[in-house]
Amino acid sequence: MATLSIEDLAVGFGGVAALAGVSFEVRPGTITSLIGPNGAGKTTAFNAITGYLRPRRGRVAWDGAALTGLRPCDIARRGIVRTFQKTSVFPALSVRDNVMIGLHVRGHASVLAILGGRRAVREEEARLAAEAESVMTFVGLAHRRAEPASALPYGEQRLVELAVALAAQPRLLLLDEPGAGMTGAERERLIELIRRLRAGGLTVLLVEHDMRLVMGISDTVIVLNHGRVIAEGPPAAIQAHPDVIRAYLGTAARA
Amino acid sequence: MNGLVLGGTYALLGIGLTLIFGLMNLVNFAHGEFYTLGAYVTFAAAALGGAHFFLAVAAALVVGAAAGALFERVLLAPLRDESIDTTMLVMIGLWIALQNAELLGWGGVAQSIPHPFPTAPIVLGPVSIAPLRVFVVLTALALIGLSWLLIQKTRLGTAMRATFQDRETAALMGVRIGRIHTATFAFGSALAAAAGALLGSTFIVNPSMGDLASLKAFSVVILGGLGNLAGATLGGVILGIAEELGAGYVSSGYRDAAGFVIIILVLLLRPSGLLARSERIG
Amino acid sequence: MRVLAAALGALALLTLPWWLANPYHQHVVIMAGIFTILALSLNLLLGYTGQLSLGHAGFFGIGAYTSALLALRGGWPFWLALPGAALTAGLAGYGIGRLALKVRGAYFVLVTISFAGVISLISINWMDLTNGPLGLPGVPAPELPWLSFRTKRAYYYIVLAAAALAYLVCHRVVHSRLGRAFLALRENEPLAESVGIDPTRTLVAAAVISAALAGVAGSLYAHYTRFVSPEVFLFIYTVTMVIMVVAGGKGTLSGPVVGAVLFTALPEALREAMAWQWQMLAYGVLLILLVFFLPRGIVPTVAAWRR
Repeated sequence: MATLSIEDLAVGFGGVAALAGVSFEVRPGTITSLIGPNGAGKTTAFNAITGYLRPRRGRVAWDGAALTGLRPCDIARRGIVRTFQKTSVFPALSVRDNVMIGLHVRGHASVLAILGGRRAVREEEARLAAEAESVMTFVGLAHRRAEPASALPYGEQRLVELAVALAAQPRLLLLDEPGAGMTGAERERLIELIRRLRAGGLTVLLVEHDMRLVMGISDTVIVLNHGRVIAEGPPAAIQAHPDVIRAYLGTAARA
Repeated sequence: MNGLVLGGTYALLGIGLTLIFGLMNLVNFAHGEFYTLGAYVTFAAAALGGAHFFLAVAAALVVGAAAGALFERVLLAPLRDESIDTTMLVMIGLWIALQNAELLGWGGVAQSIPHPFPTAPIVLGPVSIAPLRVFVVLTALALIGLSWLLIQKTRLGTAMRATFQDRETAALMGVRIGRIHTATFAFGSALAAAAGALLGSTFIVNPSMGDLASLKAFSVVILGGLGNLAGATLGGVILGIAEELGAGYVSSGYRDAAGFVIIILVLLLRPSGLLARSERIG
Repeated sequence: MRVLAAALGALALLTLPWWLANPYHQHVVIMAGIFTILALSLNLLLGYTGQLSLGHAGFFGIGAYTSALLALRGGWPFWLALPGAALTAGLAGYGIGRLALKVRGAYFVLVTISFAGVISLISINWMDLTNGPLGLPGVPAPELPWLSFRTKRAYYYIVLAAAALAYLVCHRVVHSRLGRAFLALRENEPLAESVGIDPTRTLVAAAVISAALAGVAGSLYAHYTRFVSPEVFLFIYTVTMVIMVVAGGKGTLSGPVVGAVLFTALPEALREAMAWQWQMLAYGVLLILLVFFLPRGIVPTVAAWRR
């Protein structure tokens, strides 16, 4: 099983250092949460890990191989899939088509085969359609399969996002504030889904502000502030950590 | 010296377009048509209306601004939240409609604008230049200077710059984005009309003159960097001088290719333009 | 019910030269067929990947000239010249596709216009190759040992076959993972990348297929009119194509077909009544009205009504 290791990662915009040299590891089969006050650099870390931002310094390695410098699509093909902080779906397309796009790397039909209308292509399409059904059923969206993604209520759109990411069969899933804007019931659903994913062998790294969610499901919690790691450990230790409490003083943690 | 005549007017075209393209995120295919409009207004006022030449040129500026404001309110304001593809299509439609309206109205025959300058060239050392061209260069410089002043020193200019850099924050600070759009489009169109009046007087006026003008305006904008006034000025001058120098070496048929080639080369090699300062994200 | 309508439609198309015997009408139908292929090809870029390519006349022209030159200078028969044209145009599409990597949106539009502009100027000025503004007359009509396709009736079937093939190709692409990748890039590129879609390869594929189809249309045009001149690069052709796709319905398969038929038949019908400039003026106004009132195009709007 593969480990994600971040070594001395630094990202800057102009004169601002969004990440000032961050190092941590995400062990396989665990749920790790990245928390910290706003502007601590959490989404920046996601962007740097998944190739959307080029770091100034440092190394990101997955399964021993370096990821730094690769394009997002190449990183995705290595099994690392992320979601986005702002709801990100393919708006005009149906839920089913959204998920089918997520299945892109699971298909292998070449352009020539597609143009030639070969039977292997048709068979692959049928297989992918069945996969899409099972992913939609897993997240609980099968009843919405034909509706355009943009027409769904907010909480369900976030589930579409999750379904799209899962369809790509990640080995490491990066979730950027998956619970934001969800109702209590939806959040409970989400926690359940993430637990089931871990049980299935998936490694999860998530950014969240909802402390109940974080402390409830994480194996490890990493705390960022001002672009640096200030604490790392199991939830109980983090909750009692003086530096963490200090960092959050004045910031109301959403419970 | 002729390079400066061309360069100055190209700079005017470029400044107008770079503001429109940069601030409003609008691919203004109709830019050349305001150029043509300016030329025809000057022609109409001077040749048909008998107005004094300078007045005719001023009229071109005014009509350009008014037409710009009108089209912006009617066609562009309702589409403000649409994607760039949509607005692009509208501008293409406007371009075709305007050009053919002009074809129908004025006919395809080229016209020339009467002007009060003597045709005998002024000789300054090794350089001889027609007085009209001196006027063109001076007017162009004056308008460029005015544009600078507007953008840098006035409240409107500051609001425009703010909207260009960060639209949301500008709106939050009380800038009326709608008004800025109208003002920008009107201003840019006025400059294009002025360029048309100037070059139309130097050469001739016909309904399709705007096509090349549009192309050159886009080349200048890309050369100088989007939204970059200094870049547009510099780019315009460079293009003008390059065309004049090149005329000796390259057959005239390929001369117009300069604009196209610039666009392709710059976008390939240095997409943010010659003088770009701002970082591109994504 | 739909199957019956489709069968009747196919029958009508197959027997068309018999019930539409007027050669002028047949000419219009042939041109509509050629433009259908063009509109379908542009739709792949405009409608599906969301890239507005305004240089499509460039691919059309490259196809026309390549086919004509292969036939006239190289003595190639039509049946080889056409694939040659498709290949050459496809190569040009490859170049444009790689360029699209670097620039998107408005800049991409400008690059495509410049591409068409440069090609146009080359065709006008490179006399040795293209005979400049005089053009290339005498492009041979397609021939088989027992049959010449000089007549409109015969040529109609070639165009029909080509258009059907083009439709089939587009249908296959659109309903495949490649087609879904196109849509993904159009709808949300960063999200598409996050699930492993390679924007480079996808856009290049779209550009190559699109350009090759346009090249086919060019070749068909050259061997039909039997004369090729730099006029094929006129911007008006690109604008017409854009209107066809946008009015018909971009991002659908039948939209471009409807648009092509409509906007080939319409100008011909109006030709008697109006001068060319009035038509162009109407086009310009129409484009604006379409954007305001029928932004999704005819086919999707009708489909929405029926629901």
